[in-house]
Formats: sequence, structure tokens, C-alpha cells
Amino acid sequence: MSENALIRTDTAAPGLSRIIALIVLAAALIALPFVVQALGQPALVPLATRVLIYAIAAASLNLALGFGGMVSFGHAAFFGIGGYAVGILYRTFADDALFLGFIPGTDQLLVTLPAAILAAGLFACIIGALSLRTAGVQFIMITLAFAQMLFFLFVSLKAYGGDDGMTIRRRNALFDLNTRDDVTFYFICLVIAALVFLVLWRIVGSRFGMVLAGIRQNERRMAAIGIAPYRYKLAAFVISGMGAGLAGALMANYLRFVSPDMLHWTKSGELMIMVILGGVGTLLGPLLGAAALVILETVLTGWTEHWQLVLGPILLLVVLFTQGGLNGLLTRLGLGRSAP
Amino acid sequence: MQLSQRLHSPNVTAMTLVLEQLLNGLQFGVMLFLLAAGLTLIFGIMGVINLAHGSLYMVGAYAAAFAAAQTGSFLLALLAGLAAAAFIGMVMELVVLRRLYARDHLDQVLATFALILIFNQSVTILFGRQPLFVAIPPALNGSVQLLPGLTYPVYRLAIIAIGLLVALGLYLLINRTRVGMLVRAGATHREMVRALGVDIRLLYTAVFGLGALLAGLAGLMAGPILAVQVGMGEQILIMTFVVVVIGGVGSIRGAFFGALIVGLVDTSLRAFAPGLLRHVMTGSEADALGAGLASMGIYLLMAIVLLVRPKGLFPAHV
Repeated sequence: MSENALIRTDTAAPGLSRIIALIVLAAALIALPFVVQALGQPALVPLATRVLIYAIAAASLNLALGFGGMVSFGHAAFFGIGGYAVGILYRTFADDALFLGFIPGTDQLLVTLPAAILAAGLFACIIGALSLRTAGVQFIMITLAFAQMLFFLFVSLKAYGGDDGMTIRRRNALFDLNTRDDVTFYFICLVIAALVFLVLWRIVGSRFGMVLAGIRQNERRMAAIGIAPYRYKLAAFVISGMGAGLAGALMANYLRFVSPDMLHWTKSGELMIMVILGGVGTLLGPLLGAAALVILETVLTGWTEHWQLVLGPILLLVVLFTQGGLNGLLTRLGLGRSAP
Repeated sequence: MQLSQRLHSPNVTAMTLVLEQLLNGLQFGVMLFLLAAGLTLIFGIMGVINLAHGSLYMVGAYAAAFAAAQTGSFLLALLAGLAAAAFIGMVMELVVLRRLYARDHLDQVLATFALILIFNQSVTILFGRQPLFVAIPPALNGSVQLLPGLTYPVYRLAIIAIGLLVALGLYLLINRTRVGMLVRAGATHREMVRALGVDIRLLYTAVFGLGALLAGLAGLMAGPILAVQVGMGEQILIMTFVVVVIGGVGSIRGAFFGALIVGLVDTSLRAFAPGLLRHVMTGSEADALGAGLASMGIYLLMAIVLLVRPKGLFPAHV
């Protein structure tokens, strides 16, 4: 990214009003399933689950894109690999076979999630190590190219459903919980999302996060003071890919279905939109962006068949007239301290 | 054209089959070039990533299909397609893209993604979801025999000829005229051109209009051989980006050679990969994997080119 792309980064210690806002947000998210059920709208629980899953993916992308200045147009690849990790492990488990001849299948969430994270991280490491040799427009395009390659690879893998994708008959099991139940699954996603945001917050505030911000602002200067930017960028890219993989694994469980659509380039675009909509380089921005996009999509779809004709101008206005996305808008409306 | 069946007919030798695929690749290549030339100029001169470039291709195709259906005249359809694409392109530049030049790539990607949504939905409302089919103009209908055993459709030959003529015209425009000089100067050092008192805003709008015109030309020529439908722009847009990046951002020459390479590689992989794989696996699996490998091919090519030459084959700025 060019040097004039100054992105505001909040790394200061949280103030009192921020802590209060976070507690209010947490309380609202915990109370949400009970409130919507009391209101007679239980269908909103799966919607909120989807927001949380996309928030994890968008927040992870934001680590590379907002904090690291690496505009990846291929994060759908990691999202999809996470999803396929769950799908393939389940299929292997159901067939009582061995994947690649030595990996037994499983339907335990405590195994599939780490496996998805690991697989996505591995791919992120390979793709990142190669892509980070370029920068700027070329970086955007090479990440897109790798994602497209994986997209077409999964399209052509007939053993795993090819174009049609594959269904996962049951959600992964976690202890004795009934993961089929929407509220239970919502809370599983909420706990994982909270952990992800906590980890990201710790990363951004750490020495590593500072170095990353420095590299984004001026790579040459960081190199001059004796820091090798490549390693830091690659590490951030891998962590970011792992987060997207985790989100993909949850999404595969949520839909009980994986298909190459999860790796399509428009999915990368959607994740980017969530980040930009919420506010690039802010911690909770991606949550806001994911909520805004998912809810807007749902509301507009119910309203008119041509909902994209409404969404398009809204996105356009957000880009042209609100610097810093929704988070920036809130800040300027005087709610800034309350929206970290 | 079932390749496997044709292989068994006695008149068709392997040589003519390869020649035919080469011509197909060339035809696809020049179409890609028409799109890539505009995109690379807009990239190189204004520094804008325009995802909506594919929408201009779609606008050209729809305007020409509509005019052809209304008037029945190919000439009027040609004019309508070109005018609509150029007009919409310039309006797009004036209203939206002008505000994005100073922004970073992220904002540009999001704004032009929004434009894609708007264009696709507008076209859906105006023309419906059903693909439109356009007849080949009567003058260009039929095939000619190029070699014994090799007949080739006249229309596709015409596309190749027009594409090569446009390439020549662009070469002369860029290298031999004053406007071309400004374009080259703008691609090398934008601020300096502005400091020398050139009305850079006018130049930007003109370059954008030219790019849109070429995209519209590609779209209207694609009409009779592909279905005119919503989303046609995005399919070819991603390939166009591959061309631009392989060729080197901002370089017309790079766009030309990049387009031909991508066109040839993509077409020949699609034609020959499933057949070659059939020697080692069963038919349906070979077809699926072959199609997958063929689709991956150009991305693999792009990744290799970027890893060896991070700025592309013919970088404009050194």
C-alpha cells in the first residue's frame, strides 16, 4: 500500500468509557438469543451467528489488511480451506476411511477446528511467502490468483463434490452439547469470536503489532532500524489466514455444507467490504461491518428482489463520504470513545 | 465441437486441429487485449483499480444486442455499443472515479465493486435474467477454407483482424501523436505533467473514455459468439487483470503480449488437457480434472511470472 494511506490505529490502553461500552456490547450479545426468543423472532439467532462468523473472518483479514497494510484479495481461499477441512474430515469419518492414507476422520469440534486452523495456516504460509515478494497492485492480484487456483482445484475435485459441494450431515460434536440447537451453536460461536478478538487485541498492542504498524507506515525506515519486514509481514499474514480458516470451519458447521463458493473471489470481496465498511485498522470495526452487511443483505432481500441496487449506492456513499467506515462515522457523531 | 469425435474423422489431422486451436487462442487473446489496453492505461495513468471495467464490456454488448434487435442493422448496433460504453464510461469517471484518484487501492476496490452491483442490477431490471442471443451479421456469416481440411468461421477471423488493427492504431496513437505523448508522460510521471500546465483532468476523462470504448468494442464483438448475460463482465474481468499484471501495469505493449499469451495458454489447455489426462485416468474424471487444470493454468502462469519478474514482463515504470 502507498505511504499516504494513513490508517488510524487505536493501540492506546482502553479508557473507562471504552470498557463500559465493551461490557454493554458483551451483555447485549449474551442476552440476544433470549431477547429475540422473547420477542417471538427465533430466526434472528442464526442471523446473529452468521454475523459472528463473518466478524471472525473479517477481523482476521483486518490484521493483514488494516494493521499490516497487505491488501489481500484472496482471503476466501483460507475461509474455504477451513470449511473443506471440516467437510473432508467429516466425510472421512462417515466413510470410516483415511484421508491421504494416514489421517483418520473425525466429527469432534475440538479436533476439526484446530485442524482447519492448521490447514489454513499452512496454505497462508506458502501463499504468503510467495506473494510477499511483490507489493501494491501486484500483491492484490497474486493473492487473487492463488485463491482462484484453489477455487478451480476444489471445483475439479469430484471426490469432494466438485462444483456442487458436499453436505455435512451433522454439525461437529462438542462434549455433550446439542450443537444442532441454534442457541447452543450461537454461544459456541460467541465464545470463539470473543477469544479471537481478545487474541487480535493482544497482538495489535504487542511489540509485534507495533512493528507491523511501523512497517505499514514506512517499510524502508523499519528496515533501516534493523527490522526484517518480510518475516513480520509473513507472520501477520499467516495468523490472518488462520483466523479466516477458523471462520470457514465454523461456517461449514453452521451451513452443514461446503462448496467452492466459499473460495470464490466475490467472497474475498465481501470480506474486504466488511472490513472497509466497519473501518480499516480498527479492532471492532470488522464486527460492525459484518453486522451491517449481513443485516442489510437480509433486510433488503426481504424487501426487494433487486436489493443489490440499494446496496450498491449505500456502499458507494460509504466510500466516498465517510472516511474510516462506520467506526469513523460513529466517532464523528460523538460516540467515538465508546466505539473502539 | 467434440474434440474426441473429430479426432477420429479421417480428414482432420492433428496439425489442423492444433492450428484451429491456435486461431481460437488468438481470437480470445485479441478480445482480452481490447479490455486489457483500457484497464492498463487507467491503472498506469490514474493509478485506479477499476473493477467495473467488465461492466463497460457488458454495457457495450447489451447496447449492441438491443440496437440489433430493434433495427436489424449491424452498423447501427456497432455504433450503439461503442457510444453507450464510451458515454457510460465517461459519466462513471466524472461522477465516481474522479473522487478516488487520491485514495488508496482499498477504497477504489470497494467503490468499483459497488458500481458492479449497480450495473448488474440495472441491466437485470432493464433486460431480465435470460441471456440474449445475437445473430452473426450476414456479411460475416459462414466459414472459409484456410488450408485443406481447416475451415474457420469468417466472424472469428474478423475479430482477430479488428483486434490487430486496434493494436496497431493504439501503437500509432501512443507513440506518434501529441495526445499519446501526454499519455506516456502521464504514465511515467503524473505530477510532472500537471506541473507543466497540462489539463490533466481532461486527459484523464479522455483516457477513460478511450478505455471504455475499447471495452465496449470487445463486448459487442463477443455478443454473437458468447451469450450476452449479466455477470459476463466479471468472468472476463479477472482474466483481464491477469493479462495486465503479466504484461506489466501501465504498458500497452505488455497488455498486447500478455493478452496473446493468456489467450493461447487458456485455449490450448482447455482443448488438450482433458484429452491428455484421459491417457492416465477414466473419462469423466479426466474431463473434470482437465477442466480444473485448464482454469488454473493462467493463474499459475501469472504467479510464476510475478515470482520471476515482480513488475511483469514489460514494466512501464522502471
